Amino acid sequence: MMKAKLNIIATLLVLFSTTAFALEHPDDHSHDHGEGQTMDLKTEIKQTIKHHLKDAHYFELYHGLAMPLPVIIWDNGIHLFMSSSFDHGHTLANSKGNYYNLDHGKIYKTDSEGHVLDNQSIIDFSITKNVLVIILMCAFLLISFSKLARSYKKGPIPTGFGRILEPLVLFVRDDIAIPNIGEKHYKKYMSYLLTVFFFIWFLNLSGMMPLGINVTGSIVVTFSLALITYFITQFTANKNYWGHIFWMPGVPVPMKIILLPIELLGTIIKPFSLMIRLYANITAGHVVLMSLIGLIYAAQHWLANGAFFGLTLFLGVIELLVAFLQAYIFTMLTALYFGSAVEEHDDH
Amino acid sequence: MDAETFAMIGKGLIVIGAGLGIGKIGGSAMDAIARQPEATAKIQTAMIIAAALIEGIGFAALFA
Repeated sequence: MMKAKLNIIATLLVLFSTTAFALEHPDDHSHDHGEGQTMDLKTEIKQTIKHHLKDAHYFELYHGLAMPLPVIIWDNGIHLFMSSSFDHGHTLANSKGNYYNLDHGKIYKTDSEGHVLDNQSIIDFSITKNVLVIILMCAFLLISFSKLARSYKKGPIPTGFGRILEPLVLFVRDDIAIPNIGEKHYKKYMSYLLTVFFFIWFLNLSGMMPLGINVTGSIVVTFSLALITYFITQFTANKNYWGHIFWMPGVPVPMKIILLPIELLGTIIKPFSLMIRLYANITAGHVVLMSLIGLIYAAQHWLANGAFFGLTLFLGVIELLVAFLQAYIFTMLTALYFGSAVEEHDDH
Repeated sequence: MDAETFAMIGKGLIVIGAGLGIGKIGGSAMDAIARQPEATAKIQTAMIIAAALIEGIGFAALFA
């Protein structure tokens, strides 16, 4: 009974996500390229995919219905205004006597006629779509996990959404943290591992939702996550870890000198590969899914339409698996690096 | 042929290599699980880590 219910929910979710992806149909962005100018379908599909992969100053809820987001610019003082004053790049935004233009998602400083001033650089701190989603996700995680924590005061069994979270927390502890870090040291890393696991997993899942969110497919986000992993690894490492990097025990001296730069590089390559892996997997997944949705539109025959719809559905399910797998791998490798930082060697 | 063509061929070769590598890891893991079904969890973990490392190289080639 329970299983049947779950199956129905899963199917509905997948159907919902794929159809709603399709709702983001291309022609919405034709205004970027002048009115009246018609594009062929191929260019349109390409444009949509490119647009989807990028961060934006609008939160697009539905075809043509976009929510403006605040723009924060540092330009010898803070300039704060809503992105609606750009009117999707049609008008210049005027803030405290300075003019700004929005061109393909990037803000430029211009003069009053709209000519870009090349020598004027500005720093963009705007609450973009990705930032908004990250803030919302943090709030969601904070609320649901503090609720889970509070429910343990009432009894040993959590209630509500916590029942889903509890086995996952135990999964991270028993299958990721303890085997890779060890019984002795795992506790101090648990908070970071849990945070990173749920953060990435929920963001990946929300990327499969109809709103067109693509946070973990943006390299800045994965870079920040990898950077935190890197710092935690370096700052909690014990003398064995540094010993293995600077003066590898148990090998002849010439070999130690050769190994030193390799090991030093290795400390950077590890978080770098974490960054690239998550970014590339999610980006590739989104590109493939959106291309297949584009094929549904491009196909001329109803049979081909149906076939591509089935393929899209199938890949949508695969992407749900990838969403979990990437969160798992990121957490697992992070735990592995932490484990190598606190490993104790009595044998040599 | 210009430099970009060669870059594309190189990317293709790297992806073929990565595919072969992941295939070999998966095959060996299958063998190992068939021999020792009770060690499935451990083998799967090791398999996923190794596959993820190779996949990283494949993606680096594609995006570099």
